[in-house]
Amino acid sequence: MTDALSAESHFVDPAPFEPDSGPEGRAESASAWRLIVRKFLHHRLAVASAVILLALYAIVPFVELLAPYGQARRNGDFLYAPPQGVHLFHDGRFVGPFVYPYRAHLDLDTFRRDYKVDTAAPQPLRFLCRGDGYDWLGLVHTDLHLVCPPENGTLFLFGTDKLGRDLFSRLIYGARISLTIGLVGVAISFTLGLFFGGIAGYFGGIVDAGVQRLIEVVRSLPELPLWLALSAALPPNWSPLLIFFGITVILGLLDWPGLARAVRGKLLALREEDFVQAAELMGASPARVISRHLIPNFMSHLIASATLSIPTMILGETALSFLGLGLRPPVTSWGVLLNEAQNLAAVQLYPWLLVPVLPVLVTVLAFNFLGDGLRDAADPYQ
Amino acid sequence: MSALLSIEDLAVSFRTDATPFEALHGLSLDVLRGRTLALVGESGSGKSVTAQAILRLLPTSATITRGRILFRDGTGETDIARLPAEGSAMRAIRGQRIAMIFQEPMTCLSPLHTIGDQIGEALRIHTGADRRESDARTQDALARVGFPDPKRALRTYPFELSGGLRQRAMIAMALILKPALLVADEPTTALDVTTQAQILALLTRLQEETGMAILLITHDLGVVANVAHDVAVLYRGRLVESGPREAVMRAPGHAYLRALLHAVPRFDMAPGERLTPIRPARAEIPPVQEHKPLAGPILQVEGVSKTFTLRAGRIWQKPRLVHAVSDVSLSLAAGQTLGLVGESGSGKTTVSKMIMRALEPDAGRILFDDGRGPRDVHTLSGDALFAYRRSVQFVFQDPYASLDPRMTVRQILCEPMEIHGVPAAERKERCRALMAMVGLEASGLGRYPHAFSGGQRQRIGIARALAVEPRLLVLDEPVSALDVSVQAQILNLLKDLQAALGLSYLIVSHNLAVIDYMADTISVMCRGRIVEEAPRAALFRRPVHPYTRALLAAVPDPSLDHPLDFAAVASDLNDPTRWEAPYRLEPDEAGTMRAIEAGHRVRFGGATEAVAA
Repeated sequence: MTDALSAESHFVDPAPFEPDSGPEGRAESASAWRLIVRKFLHHRLAVASAVILLALYAIVPFVELLAPYGQARRNGDFLYAPPQGVHLFHDGRFVGPFVYPYRAHLDLDTFRRDYKVDTAAPQPLRFLCRGDGYDWLGLVHTDLHLVCPPENGTLFLFGTDKLGRDLFSRLIYGARISLTIGLVGVAISFTLGLFFGGIAGYFGGIVDAGVQRLIEVVRSLPELPLWLALSAALPPNWSPLLIFFGITVILGLLDWPGLARAVRGKLLALREEDFVQAAELMGASPARVISRHLIPNFMSHLIASATLSIPTMILGETALSFLGLGLRPPVTSWGVLLNEAQNLAAVQLYPWLLVPVLPVLVTVLAFNFLGDGLRDAADPYQ
Repeated sequence: MSALLSIEDLAVSFRTDATPFEALHGLSLDVLRGRTLALVGESGSGKSVTAQAILRLLPTSATITRGRILFRDGTGETDIARLPAEGSAMRAIRGQRIAMIFQEPMTCLSPLHTIGDQIGEALRIHTGADRRESDARTQDALARVGFPDPKRALRTYPFELSGGLRQRAMIAMALILKPALLVADEPTTALDVTTQAQILALLTRLQEETGMAILLITHDLGVVANVAHDVAVLYRGRLVESGPREAVMRAPGHAYLRALLHAVPRFDMAPGERLTPIRPARAEIPPVQEHKPLAGPILQVEGVSKTFTLRAGRIWQKPRLVHAVSDVSLSLAAGQTLGLVGESGSGKTTVSKMIMRALEPDAGRILFDDGRGPRDVHTLSGDALFAYRRSVQFVFQDPYASLDPRMTVRQILCEPMEIHGVPAAERKERCRALMAMVGLEASGLGRYPHAFSGGQRQRIGIARALAVEPRLLVLDEPVSALDVSVQAQILNLLKDLQAALGLSYLIVSHNLAVIDYMADTISVMCRGRIVEEAPRAALFRRPVHPYTRALLAAVPDPSLDHPLDFAAVASDLNDPTRWEAPYRLEPDEAGTMRAIEAGHRVRFGGATEAVAA
């Protein structure tokens, strides 16, 4: 290439150059937590799960109000009654929510109860009405219910069990136990995991090695037989409340290793970060480094891990109670309700006894999706 | 001369949450056959996006919105922008006709396969060669890129190789199919200067042998001046200047390139000459503070050594010892700057960590004088250690990792003051003063670090270090993670602050030009030992030690009048047994430091001792 040519091919952009428009940072000033929330809101499935879970947990304090019947209320005339539908129109005319009454009679050949729906006489439901009395949160004695069966009628949305108890009401009562056992259990395993993972990650060396071996031992124990053994060891004369407490402790004691590992790994990674070293070189005390730099930076990850371990707890309780070794009647949980569905013949004749599987499925899936979304959002800078 | 690759009006945009972001706005340029086109620009200028578009390796969030990429290989002409990115036509071009090498060779080589396997794989995929043929050709390729023992190299794994050899393996892999175009994305940025010079020499030689065209993406104007035939300068997704090297570098036409050339430290700068940053920091430098003069140096390192024990691979083996630092002595006068230069693995970072008391030395002592007489740093405890932590502050290399992402800038700046008990009322005032001192708006105090650019973050890091009024700053590669266009800004800021606050600096760097610009005295480290120390002017006027001379010779200068001597950089000079007499050291030999003029000391080998005796 000749020099003349090269001079011609020298291109210079004629547009004026403004050096001030340099590679400046983004003008936003959102905090890490706000970025996490923003990123989480992009995960639609997780947001939907969060809404479902919020709705489920909103039930917990108001179960007596929401359930049409008390959890132990027996309707001797309606054993194994199938689910009753709620209708709005009768004879092409709008009458509001109502049910058709059951006419029960005993089939003397099969000894089964037959329920005939009497479509002639619609029975409108009552709202904000008087029903079975209860002590709300142990404070107020009242008999107010959101919805009650019609006068002289019944309301069995999901049918009844062998003692004629309303399954829908019992499911709502069961939610209180089944949903809280996950939270209480995770609180226990969270505390243990934070403590063991924290000392292993922060002190390292022999403490770390010790904790790691302990985790391996706990992890290598077969889970189900251990649950069985431990819950069988709970004294049978304990009150239902103490049993409930015992079961959560058992579940929590066996669940912490996963969380402890997460804490340890995150701590080890964070300790190598420049900003942690910077604080140490400034003369910051270990307490300051832990509280100001380590905990804020791994808390979001921990919350995600904890959310993912709540379903394990719920399933654990369900499994134990299903086998008859967890909570015992008269305490009602979803596992206890399923315990009654153990008999194959009963399930074949009365399939609505399996309905408690649904809330378990929904809750566990929702927690898993929520935990997934939280985990993705936990590191907003990627 | 015809163009091998013509980019015409290329635009690439990225999907984002808000409005789409256009990274390239209508770029047009030609890569000529057999020539090297250097694509220059700072981060965010779109130079890597251009390379990814050519190979159709753009991230999924990016699309080519308009323009053509015409590749004229053989007789035909292909518009790469129209080909499906994962189609067979594109796969035949990618790797075979257009090859790419990356910045970080370690992450581009699979750790589970041998070098021979990985290089031969491309050959077996594209030509269907059998194992024996591919091995023979791979060995040939490894020999051509300068592997000392190509036959053995076939069976080695990437982690057994040094950074330079890994990059050579990458080049062998890219070139084994004799591509028409090689796209090299910052191929030497992660390497030491001497290795960089060797790789540049290798690329030049291979281009002469094969006649391929090279698209070299770089931010280093020194590299451009030494290997490019043509230059294209990108700024914010636009081409601002292009043309043959001679025309562009001798008579830069665009204000951006002219400014860039003035912002880079050079060796031929006049004494006292200042760099002119493209974007000045507008810092409010505080009035000059007088300090009581010290009797001796503020920091004195006396014969420190540090040995690390590597865990042995097998139970019965003796643990291996690595002498990271052996018998290093340094002396830094108050208000001065000491530059510590060395390549990776020379032990310079270990020395700075021992000064910060993050590591204990095995032998020797480190004396620091805070005005009450020198005291050994490693015997301090309790309040004295706490006071030392206040007097000596550290500035980190990586401005992204060194600021806690969960804290606002105010919390970051207040942290050292909280630790050292500055009253709350004073802290608030001091934060504003610190921000002004480093040229940032006080409104930034409420923001989080991720809202700032790299240069701004580094200024926040400097402000944090200055918060508790230290006497000594240890700066570990303070500008090597930053764009060239903001390096000058940071270096000038550091100089101004030193003059005003009477600070002493210890700068640790591999960049000789930066050290030359900043330091008053310079110590050169190699393999854990100081090999030469001298005042700045003396070292650059008369470098004596072969290692110092090799380092200086390997720095690419942006001026066309000082080209690299590729013949001189061919051999590795970080091996003491290969230094010429009288500097040659036997393995495990320490040698002795002797003064050759006032303040200029050089390490001599034992052979000269014998001759002298």
